[in-house]
Amino acid sequence: MAELNAVIVSEPRPLAGAGGVEAEQIPPATRVRGYWRSVGFRLWHDRATLAFAAVVLLIVLAAVLAPVLAPFDPYKESIVGRLKPFGWRGHLLGTDELGRDMLTRLLYGGRVSLLMGVVPVLVASLIGGLLGIVGGFLGGRANTAIMRTMDVFYAFPSVLLAVAIAGAMGGGMANGMLALSLVFIPPMCRVAETATTQVRALDFIEAARASGAGTLTIIRYHVLGNVLGPVFIYASSLVSVSVLLASGLSFLGLGVRPPVPDWGLMLSTLRQSIYVVPYVCALPGVAIFVTSICFNLVSDGLRAAMDVRM
Amino acid sequence: MDPRALRSDDAGDPLLIARDLKKHFPVKGSGGKAVQAVDGVSFMVRKGETLGIVGESGCGKSTLARLLLHLLVPDAGELLFDGEAVGDGITVGALRRQVQIVFQDSYSSLNPRMPVRDSVAFGPFVQGKPKGEARRIARDALARVGLDPNLFGPRYPHELSGGQKQRVNIARALATGPRMVILDEPVSALDKSIEAQVLNLLRALKRQLNLTYLFISHDLNTVRYLSDRVLVMYLGRVVELGPVEAIYARPTHPYTRALLASRPSMDPARRIERPPITGDPPNPIAPPAGCRFHTRCPFAEPVCTIVDPPLASWTGSQTHIAACHLADRLPPAHLA
Repeated sequence: MAELNAVIVSEPRPLAGAGGVEAEQIPPATRVRGYWRSVGFRLWHDRATLAFAAVVLLIVLAAVLAPVLAPFDPYKESIVGRLKPFGWRGHLLGTDELGRDMLTRLLYGGRVSLLMGVVPVLVASLIGGLLGIVGGFLGGRANTAIMRTMDVFYAFPSVLLAVAIAGAMGGGMANGMLALSLVFIPPMCRVAETATTQVRALDFIEAARASGAGTLTIIRYHVLGNVLGPVFIYASSLVSVSVLLASGLSFLGLGVRPPVPDWGLMLSTLRQSIYVVPYVCALPGVAIFVTSICFNLVSDGLRAAMDVRM
Repeated sequence: MDPRALRSDDAGDPLLIARDLKKHFPVKGSGGKAVQAVDGVSFMVRKGETLGIVGESGCGKSTLARLLLHLLVPDAGELLFDGEAVGDGITVGALRRQVQIVFQDSYSSLNPRMPVRDSVAFGPFVQGKPKGEARRIARDALARVGLDPNLFGPRYPHELSGGQKQRVNIARALATGPRMVILDEPVSALDKSIEAQVLNLLRALKRQLNLTYLFISHDLNTVRYLSDRVLVMYLGRVVELGPVEAIYARPTHPYTRALLASRPSMDPARRIERPPITGDPPNPIAPPAGCRFHTRCPFAEPVCTIVDPPLASWTGSQTHIAACHLADRLPPAHLA
């Protein structure tokens, strides 16, 4: 790893003005690369991760540009054009049970799925991360109070908890996101707390305190930078879980309401037609699968690039 | 012009006085038992001197260092800095502007996500200096410890060797312009060759900046090299205190004798066959009654198991005192 971190770019320079103290042997001048730059360097050389990241980017672009790319209106139904196979009258990916264009609805459905995948993770990272850092840094009773509360939520399987919360609050996209956020806060809090507790025990925190810094200053300058990495890695791995869970909620009728296009909901309404047009019915599932696995693999690549002992 | 050069520190006046410092760490679920890490330690550090503190692992040296900076709050006792009581006449914040610490583990005492120049600049920055000036101070401090600020400043700790990291730590301690530096085993983790360089650097810095050192170590040779006076600790107590040459030539307390006798000898003819003391120190949760050393002391008499030997009060810089009932009667130590 050492040769990745420091690339020799210039000749050794003589040491000037060492304050009257004999200097030890100075190694050749090296270009210094910070942590995040070294992460970027490793990512750039990880071709597989780059490829999956490109797919993720493609999916995101397709969702964002859905109004431009979509060939039809996602809500336009047709009695005669129901459950048609690939390529029927310009419907490249066929039509669904109400005769709506599948390609169009898949593109629009990506918007919902990605939103449901990313927003709860962001919310959970913020709230859970903050709670974890505060608890981990303060330690003692404050930490016990926070972590035991988290453990209560942690005790439920995440799917069950999401279904229970979404069920109790009623369906809808906002409630679905809220439910998923609540599900992700405890594990996120735990990750942040563990990382903070590890950092807190190190001498540089004590040294910072010895130079007169207060708790908030220490957290801002010395804790955040060390906790952000693990939190970010974990958050990236949660996105794929969130996409899956969101689809699951919609499938059960606890997420997005019809007729809004959503992959999970499409899978649910098309499942009776699986014997009529099997390939068309499988499409939302394929979309969920590809999106989820690509996010997952990118997250793995990130972890490999960031999880370096230095 | 360095403001320190203008300050007229009367060498010899006490800079830091600790009186009867105590720190007990409660042991959970033991029904009120506590590890008596530091149990009634008193000493003073004079302006411009180096006070060495020696003792084996677990005797409370590092706890004591943290108490002096209020990184740990003492359970009892009094701390005076430059004649003012800490927390009363002088705030903890003001104390930390004047006393700094260098830790043993040069790796964990630097933030791995921060270029070392920022780590050094952090102290002046949090003490109210503008960012630009804090950076300039950091450059000066790095140059002072023999590291080219252009070359080493932007580097991260993992790109430096152990010796270089410890130099950065020293620079970090110096950046706030302290009058006193606590060195908590600063060279214990370094190679012998690097150790000598860092010790010489510390000596040179002390002369240049008119510093006062509290030098904690378990290595008797480095303590002898750097210190003017030595304080020997055993199980949270001071057992002997005196000028370095007096202690090394005529150790009084049996524990100090054993420590000195256990040094590896450079002379094969003087090689010791048996360790002078055996066993581990007693459990600091329940230290022995009477003299804490009597369980391992080869000279112990009945009185030692009952009466806790007091340490005479210190008066002058040449005072050599030991907390031992038998101090006057023991045979002279056979040492080099």
